[in-house]
Amino acid sequence: MNPTNTSSLHYCRKVFGILLASTLATSPLFAGDFPTAKVNTTGLAVTDTEVTVGQLHSATGTMAISETGSIQAEQLAIDQINAAGGVLGRQIKVIKEDGASDWPTFAEKAKKLLVNDKVASVMGCWTSASRKAVLPVFEKENGMLYYPTFYEGLEQSKNVIYTGQEATQQILAGLDWIAKEKKAKTFYLIGSDYIWPRTSNKIARKHIENVLKGTVVGEEYYALGHTQFGSLINKIKLKKPDVIYAIIVGGSNVSFYKQLKAAGITADKQTLLTISVTEDEVLGIGGENLVGFYSAMKYFQSLQNPNNEAFVKAFKAKYGEKSVIGDVTQAAYLGPWLWKMAVEKAGSFDVDKIASASPGIEYTGAPEGYVKLHPNHHLWSKLRIGQWQADGQAKVLYESGLIEPNPFPKGYQ
Amino acid sequence: MFNIPITCATYTSEEIRSIFIMQGFAGLSLFSILLLMALGLAIIFGQMGVVNLAHGEFMALGAYMVYLCSQITANHFPAFQPYYFIIAIVVAFIVTALVGALVEWGMIRFLYKRPLDTLLATWGLSLIMQQAFRSIFGAREVTPTLPEWLMGSFKPTPTIDIPINGVFVMGLSLLLTLGVYIFMFRSRTGLHMRATVQNRAMSSAVGINTSLVDRFTFALGCGIAGVAGAAFTTIGSTGPDSGSRYIVDTFLVVVFGGAGNMAGTIVSSFGIAQGQSISEFFLEGTMGKVATLMAIVVILMIRPQGLFPSKVRT
Amino acid sequence: MKKFYNNVLGGRSGSIGVIILAILLFAILPMSLDAFRLNLVGKYLTYAFVAVGLVLLWGNSGVLSLGQGIFFGLGGYCMAMFLKLEASSVENTKIQSTPGIPDFMDWNQITHLPSLWVPFKSLPFALVAVAFVPTFIAFVVGTAMFKRRVGGVYFAVITQALALILSLGIDGNQGLTGGRNGITDLRTLLGWDIRTKSAQYVLYFACCALLIGAILLSRFVLSTRMGRLLLAMKDKEDRVRFSGYDVASFKVFVFCLAAAMSGVGGALFVLQVGFISPSLVGIVPSIEMVIFAAVGGKQSLLGAVYGTLVVNAGKSLFSETFPQLWLFLMGGLFIAVVMLFPNGLAGIFDSIGSRFKKRSLIKALPKTTEVTVVELAETGGKS
Repeated sequence: MNPTNTSSLHYCRKVFGILLASTLATSPLFAGDFPTAKVNTTGLAVTDTEVTVGQLHSATGTMAISETGSIQAEQLAIDQINAAGGVLGRQIKVIKEDGASDWPTFAEKAKKLLVNDKVASVMGCWTSASRKAVLPVFEKENGMLYYPTFYEGLEQSKNVIYTGQEATQQILAGLDWIAKEKKAKTFYLIGSDYIWPRTSNKIARKHIENVLKGTVVGEEYYALGHTQFGSLINKIKLKKPDVIYAIIVGGSNVSFYKQLKAAGITADKQTLLTISVTEDEVLGIGGENLVGFYSAMKYFQSLQNPNNEAFVKAFKAKYGEKSVIGDVTQAAYLGPWLWKMAVEKAGSFDVDKIASASPGIEYTGAPEGYVKLHPNHHLWSKLRIGQWQADGQAKVLYESGLIEPNPFPKGYQ
Repeated sequence: MFNIPITCATYTSEEIRSIFIMQGFAGLSLFSILLLMALGLAIIFGQMGVVNLAHGEFMALGAYMVYLCSQITANHFPAFQPYYFIIAIVVAFIVTALVGALVEWGMIRFLYKRPLDTLLATWGLSLIMQQAFRSIFGAREVTPTLPEWLMGSFKPTPTIDIPINGVFVMGLSLLLTLGVYIFMFRSRTGLHMRATVQNRAMSSAVGINTSLVDRFTFALGCGIAGVAGAAFTTIGSTGPDSGSRYIVDTFLVVVFGGAGNMAGTIVSSFGIAQGQSISEFFLEGTMGKVATLMAIVVILMIRPQGLFPSKVRT
Repeated sequence: MKKFYNNVLGGRSGSIGVIILAILLFAILPMSLDAFRLNLVGKYLTYAFVAVGLVLLWGNSGVLSLGQGIFFGLGGYCMAMFLKLEASSVENTKIQSTPGIPDFMDWNQITHLPSLWVPFKSLPFALVAVAFVPTFIAFVVGTAMFKRRVGGVYFAVITQALALILSLGIDGNQGLTGGRNGITDLRTLLGWDIRTKSAQYVLYFACCALLIGAILLSRFVLSTRMGRLLLAMKDKEDRVRFSGYDVASFKVFVFCLAAAMSGVGGALFVLQVGFISPSLVGIVPSIEMVIFAAVGGKQSLLGAVYGTLVVNAGKSLFSETFPQLWLFLMGGLFIAVVMLFPNGLAGIFDSIGSRFKKRSLIKALPKTTEVTVVELAETGGKS
């Protein structure tokens, strides 16, 4: 070849390369650059134009109230991703399955999504029970689940990405804050009767007794759906704890807080910190019944940052002005985005590859501000303390630094 | 086998006195709720032998009616806000009674001779009603905005707090029980109702329109359930499956009392309420309920006809 | 041999029915469904055990139990406890604080295996428990109730209460039973991995075989003199009592038999689905199992199986496409079965069959007097 031609060709190639690189960096990736045979070596439902994911939540049954927000947030994220060009140039198609608040059904539908529909990933579950029921299925069929709820920890799986906080992130910083703010020494722990409140209270108790040098004056559990809290409230009145630490879940919340207010226990007389009340629950309870009580969450709808303002605006535009967005809803929103980023980093839809590509991924567009994926498949995130106002929104009083997720805390087990 | 933690704590005598008074009140409060729920069922089951597994859903219907009234008042007649609650209760009664009459006409009247079949049919009805609630009002639990005068509590002494809505519910159930008693035993229609239950053939022969009486009885029972639901909105929220939470308790109260009569229902609800209240105080939450249920079942096994069995051979 | 043919197989029509069912379960379904859906059918068939028990109990003895979920669940939990202990070997659980015990006990800070669990380390014990524990509970409850002549609606409500008590009891004792989560992540049965496709096929066929066995056993029971007495009891209990028979003991026997069958169904459920949870023990699933029997025709053993398959298939299909509509349909089904089709599918099948027989009978006759034809037509439908 003529040397001059080679060098000019080389120069042209270089320029073209730079142009291409900059185009790729600033515009959606094109499917042509990621042939299906390369990005999908495990037989997932991926074509040249489409990739199928699954959504497994309770659209009916008792959990429907809580899971509706997650369903909506995930759909919003997927719509936004599709509008921006999709993942690896492919549009996301969603197969929605209804777990019907019944764990055996969750397991059955999970199997269907992974074995029959061969989805590339699943956004799903809310309760720990549903997650425990589907976990063996995901591990056996090698699927990837994005799980949005704050939970008790003590779990880690290659096949799950936990976008909600685990217990130590939610509990320890919150207890530290309230012990300092309110000079609290005595605590009354209450919760609904299943694994998350029980395990969380065990961690809380250890922290209160060993680190804060406080005392736990009572610890009680009531079945999900229980509505008569008269006896409990009487006991609380007698013990007069500095802080009521409440982990009541679901519909019982409404009865509990209403009865508290009716019994004259209000925020000016009694401090209450909860890790189970988000904006969704406040909608049912009524802000006026919770005024002045505190919640420890990583996200509140009232957070002031540009990501959140855009997120709330988009959510309300799609689902109505009166929509409320709680912590789990926001965590569910993160799921599709984190999956997209993992797929792009790995350059493939294969679950093994995205599992190893996930650690280290940072998402700066998160409505809660910033999150980073940890090798244990949980998220680095901040904890906030919000104080409930009469309008159903929380005033954020405190924000911690980034807390490292630690699902198997030593000394707390 | 069961892990039964018992709260052992040190209280002063003043505190113990307050505990007893407040627990007693909690028990009374629970008693009035159970009574309201069981009264409607006792009329239907005790008088007509019809097992209405959809009774809980009629209660939920009453609660939803109150919610609806609350929404309408808030949106169109805000000045009316403090007064709407009483009217809402009346509305709940009327609507549930009408729906009950409709259900009786459409379904129940064909099944009087087949009690086990009414069980299944009314369960199917409850499923339909639950889904209807879900489709119309949404899956989320709803609460009406309660008027201010129902909030807060009386404070006779610094350590005793008596919630106002507890007193309200007690008053309501007292009123209703008296009303039903007067109606059943002192009015002409009540006489017709009792006559039809005791001897249908003769009552018909004497000229009483038994099918109309049946419809009326069923509607009355459902209406009372509606009021119970309305009273319940002061204590908890209402969701599509709120009804199914109370159905077993309500049935046990009625069966335990001896499904023949009101006195049995009253005594039974009192006993069960106090029992549950006390066991909840000393045992942990869920176990308190389990203990109460087991005690009821054991007593029923020993004395299956209930506390006040019907002495009339039907 | 003739006795076997008549009593167990049910004569000509009976054996044809069993053969058709066997062909459906052993040949048609496995060939036309993929592994996933066949596993689902296997799950439904385990519910059919309960439905068959209910046909004996309710259809043929007049005792309605709304708490069969209790026995189904107890059998299931017994099997699950054995499988869980096997899956929690020291090797598998080495990351736990206390290796060698089930994971949920570890989360609840339990440090040694509760004494209730220890006997379940042995498979023979677990297998016996699967049938014995439900039978024992049924015996206690049945004796207490039936000897005091509690029946009908009262009995039904009490069984409901018992189902509630059991599900609350399981929920509230997380460390012992896994609580609301149930017992999950079951892997092997004596080293044989029950999650593989081949294992699922084997379990499916085993389930079908046991189900047919249960049906034949029930047929036999109904063909004995006791079976006749049960039917008489259903119609007029007092007369049977006045004739000198111990009505209560018969009822207890049938109740125990139905409980044992439900327990076996529960164990097969756990083997095929891989976990158990208290949601299968409570009031709602117990009433649903009654509807399976009702849809099939509460007096028909084969109908129980078809009823279970039809309702559950409908549930899966509809909840996939019309989740909102499904509950309306289910509720409507309850009402329709009670009011319009009290004999369920079996009744519909019978009436079509008899009409068919009548027509073919009339066609086959030469034109004779009208009276004879009418006579024949009237008797033609009765088999």
